[in-house]
Amino acid sequence: MASTITSPAAADDRVSTRSVGARLLSRPEIGSLVGAAVILVFFLITAPPFRDIDNTGTILYQAALIGVMAVPVSLLMIGGEFDLSAGVAVTTSGLTAGILAYQLSLNVWVGVVVALALSLAIGAFNGWLLMRTGLPSFLVTLGTFFILQGVNIAVTRLTSGAVASNSISDMDGFDAAKAVFASEFTLGGITIKIIIVWWIVFVAIAAWVLLRTKIGNWIFAVGGDAAAARAVGVPVKKVKIGLFMTVGFFAWFAGMQLLFIQNGVVQSGEGVGKEFLYIIAAVVGGCLLTGGYGSVVGGAIGALIFGMVQLGVVYAGWNADWFKAFLGVMLLLATIVNLIVKNKAEER
Amino acid sequence: MTTTKGFASEAATSPTTPIVHLEDVGKSYGNIQALRGVSLSVRQGEITCVLGDNGAGKSTLIKIIAGLHDYTSGTMSVNGEERHFSSPRESLDSGIATVYQDLALAPLMSVWRNFFLGNELTTGPFGVLNSHKMKRIAQEELTKMGISIPNLEQPVGKLSGGQRQCVAIARAIYFGAKVLILDEPTAALGVNQSGVVLKYIVKARDAGIGVIFITHNPHHAYLVGNHFVILKLGRVALDAHRADITLEQLTTEMAGGSELETLSHELRGVDAGVVVDPAHPADSAVQDVSPAANETADDETEEGT
Repeated sequence: MASTITSPAAADDRVSTRSVGARLLSRPEIGSLVGAAVILVFFLITAPPFRDIDNTGTILYQAALIGVMAVPVSLLMIGGEFDLSAGVAVTTSGLTAGILAYQLSLNVWVGVVVALALSLAIGAFNGWLLMRTGLPSFLVTLGTFFILQGVNIAVTRLTSGAVASNSISDMDGFDAAKAVFASEFTLGGITIKIIIVWWIVFVAIAAWVLLRTKIGNWIFAVGGDAAAARAVGVPVKKVKIGLFMTVGFFAWFAGMQLLFIQNGVVQSGEGVGKEFLYIIAAVVGGCLLTGGYGSVVGGAIGALIFGMVQLGVVYAGWNADWFKAFLGVMLLLATIVNLIVKNKAEER
Repeated sequence: MTTTKGFASEAATSPTTPIVHLEDVGKSYGNIQALRGVSLSVRQGEITCVLGDNGAGKSTLIKIIAGLHDYTSGTMSVNGEERHFSSPRESLDSGIATVYQDLALAPLMSVWRNFFLGNELTTGPFGVLNSHKMKRIAQEELTKMGISIPNLEQPVGKLSGGQRQCVAIARAIYFGAKVLILDEPTAALGVNQSGVVLKYIVKARDAGIGVIFITHNPHHAYLVGNHFVILKLGRVALDAHRADITLEQLTTEMAGGSELETLSHELRGVDAGVVVDPAHPADSAVQDVSPAANETADDETEEGT
């Protein structure tokens, strides 16, 4: 039988080594980086205030508001799932801390900790229900989305009689908590909101976990082929539930930012539609909708594109009503550039 | 025919003790009995071929041994100990590695990440990947198997079917498998690639591993197998040592034996011999209605030309 086999030990001469450039282009975030550069140049030319260094802090802040949640949503998408409840879960977290502290006259930090526990529990519930039923995450989290949206408004109105929670700005621990979640400082003339720092820290940690640790390897595997991952001993259920709980953790953080930046008041209708912005940031950043491929840094660049477009439209002096339409066009372009660059890289 | 039909009574008398031994194992899904009274032994350094048509119960059988499904009757012993696996991890920990038809490789992940998937080498408390060591070992192991993959960073999905099989087999061997289950490893491959994979199966056997080779190709099975089990409708239809069976017998049994004879009898009526003459397509229709052609078509016992 062996006589017909050409020796496989000899190197396959059809394979040539790829250039550094081609390897760089095959990174998942490269398309979004090109897109971000194009958008940056575009607004630098068309919107004079965009060139003003003072506005950098504002643009980064807008990006960070989406970017913080784009971190776990990217991870989750690489792990092969969606979370449509991510937007309202942020509001739920902020409301929980605010209402609890106000109604029971507790230290603000108690509310913060309870909100964390609840956010993690919501994430765990999403993951558990998904793994238990085998339903698509789209359906499961759509259900959670409506539940949370309803509960947010109903509970807020029950406790405060209005659509916003009562302010907790004069309660114990508020200032300390605000310093952690929603303070700002000046650096080289630019006002930096602390969430920008947190965002960068979160992106760095998540990118490191994804690319350099065992857990990261497992996230790619459960998204790429869950059955294959299970067959080689990867605890698929734990990884997926863990990913939903990560979304829960970040929803808690974003919720705290929301609570403390607005002087301890949270609007109960807040957050609806944000889940799509997180998903869009992740997709623009090169995460595959079907899972198994993507990057956290890409999601961050996607959020940066969002921030630049949102403020770019304003700085360019255009009617802000056009923002969403402009955003849609920008996102489509970024995604197409992403696709083209990826295909080009694969051809080489 | 010198084959022993029924259960593997013969296998139990062999000098080496089996690593995995199934006795009268059955599996039912609700009212469907996918597997009934299957007995099978896997010994070190032997290749046990499990053959069968689609739906014969091959997949159910390997899923039981691999820990994806539990069995509902009979006993399965591993290293002489009765076991019920509740997860693939348990099966793996008992030294049973399975290379599935779909290979259990994540297509978008790089070769080295796939090689170590589920068994990552890490340092420190945070599970930091030791990627340099993993890449080096993956390269060494693949070279040892004679597989040349120049860039271990390329996604597994870009490899050829044969290369993927070999990566999966090399991985199973490296992680100390005592039993290697190969689910249709040659099914989707060309002739050359099948040959390469068969060579690695022999290498695995020579390394002292007990191999279960699932296939529906008797030619591939006979090239490497020591022992043959044919499943039919969830039962063992044949269980024979290599010494007791020829390739022709195996092929006939696999193809259905007596069923094939009946089928060929039925198909004879179709008269495959009558073809349209390419030179005179119009004439052939005239020929068909000639008395001689009619007679051939009607007479089922006569062989087509």
